[in-house]
Amino acid sequence: MTDISHLVSLLTVLLLAVFVGFEVISKVPTTLHTPLMSATNAIHGIVLAGAILVTAGLFASSHGAALTILAVAAVTLGAINVFGGFAVTERMLEMFRRKDSGR
Amino acid sequence: MNVAIDLANLVAIALIIYGLHELNSPATARRGNRFAMGGMAIALAGILIRTQGIGWQVVAIGVAIGAIVGIYAALKVKMTAMPQMVALYNGAGGGAAALISTVEHYVAHGSSMNDVISVSLVLSAIIGSVSFAGSIIAFLKLQEVMTGRPLTYPGQQFVNGVVLLAILGLAVWFVVTSGTLPAWGYVVLLLAALLLGVLFVLPIGGADMPVVISLLNSFTGVAVAITGFELDSTLLIICGALVGASGTILTVAMSRAMNRPLTNVLFGAFGAAGGTVVAGAGGAPQQVRATSADDVAVMLAYANKVIFVPGYGMAVAQAQHSVKALADQLEKRGVKVLYAIHPVAGRMPGHMNVLLAEANVPYDELLDLEDANTELPTADVALVIGANDVTNPAARNVPSSPIYGMPILDVDKAKNVVVLKRSMRSGFAGIENPLYELPNASMLFGDAKASVDALTAAVKAL
Repeated sequence: MTDISHLVSLLTVLLLAVFVGFEVISKVPTTLHTPLMSATNAIHGIVLAGAILVTAGLFASSHGAALTILAVAAVTLGAINVFGGFAVTERMLEMFRRKDSGR
Repeated sequence: MNVAIDLANLVAIALIIYGLHELNSPATARRGNRFAMGGMAIALAGILIRTQGIGWQVVAIGVAIGAIVGIYAALKVKMTAMPQMVALYNGAGGGAAALISTVEHYVAHGSSMNDVISVSLVLSAIIGSVSFAGSIIAFLKLQEVMTGRPLTYPGQQFVNGVVLLAILGLAVWFVVTSGTLPAWGYVVLLLAALLLGVLFVLPIGGADMPVVISLLNSFTGVAVAITGFELDSTLLIICGALVGASGTILTVAMSRAMNRPLTNVLFGAFGAAGGTVVAGAGGAPQQVRATSADDVAVMLAYANKVIFVPGYGMAVAQAQHSVKALADQLEKRGVKVLYAIHPVAGRMPGHMNVLLAEANVPYDELLDLEDANTELPTADVALVIGANDVTNPAARNVPSSPIYGMPILDVDKAKNVVVLKRSMRSGFAGIENPLYELPNASMLFGDAKASVDALTAAVKAL
């Protein structure tokens, strides 16, 4: 019973996030679509949090070296997303300027 | 402690959503990126506290490598190579999701898991793997390690269908056995999903890459959201959903800008050699008027309003800085210079805008399709720089043309059109462009960068 209600509350969160996502993203102008994509790359870098959780779960039990390598790979890919995504977005947005703001 | 972490997550999510909201204008976008960064930092700190440093060695090694690689790549990548970069980042996210599922699966191995976990685990493994492998292929195509032409073979759809069915069968098996199926079952499932990713991007051509990158972006978001169900993390669910929504919006916008339903982009193999019947081709060679840099320079220098129409050719020739130099020369003479950007010009959404921003072109001079088409009829010169299909008037008035109905930039309505083009080869899709034969059109042949530089020199000499 509680399992079901927990699942429903997660689904509710998902539903609301999808609606918020559509609302917020549809207001991003076409000129910023590339930085938008790289920013969302950084945001899905939240898998890094998932990778850290899974690693903790892995180390709480006995495990082989192969799984440790997979965990390192997962953390690495997530970290590439977070650090690379935000850095490249910052670099791009720095370039967008208005006519009179000079250089 | 856990309550504090939950509250921190709430703040993190608010910052990330607000950060995305601030991307609604170039003026606030940088601030938005920093808000999102702050949100991410809080979220990750919360996770580290929650896991109390268990497995910190793995986290430290992974984060160190990831941060170095990520930041180095971000600082070094050329703006013309952004599509490849984003493709790789999409793949990284998908790959991480698939790896997380795999580790989860083997940690739990032997003991059965509940249905929510088994369903979400197998889905995130599949979608993550498809996104990973598909993104690698997209990267290889964009980097031109492999041909940008669509790769097709007989029975392609059938093979894809078989692979998809195999994946679905194995996934059902996984869920029915609550994840206790033999080890090879899961391995085959992963391999099949990777294969599907490869097969699904192979037949898609270079000019359709804006759609594919957007779609893979959306896949990765979905994979991350589903991983959130697997790990019972609202943080992952929300962030994944935001990315999924963003990728979906861009995918729809790109398909619309090509006037082709998504299924046609994915399964149509547009521009495959011999695949598309070319309207009007095969006849006599087009009668076009070649012109010289000096003539065009005069035309530009004495114009009131000039509109530049950049396309993928500008990116290939790395001509954005030269284009800006030409615009500066013209503006010095009192000519009004604007830029008309088609949504699918280039290889990803917003590609041209970033290149021009890099060259210091102010973003208020960049016109989107609609604004450009209201400005073009009053322009003295439309200067087409490495764009082809997005300027093809056949899309407006030749119902038999493969691109009929695609919204185009009406450059033919400008008083004069000058097309900078390498040669008379047809565009990516192999469609002849009747624009070049119009009485108000002339061609300036040569490499885009060399031609623009020649124009700048000629204008300066006037």
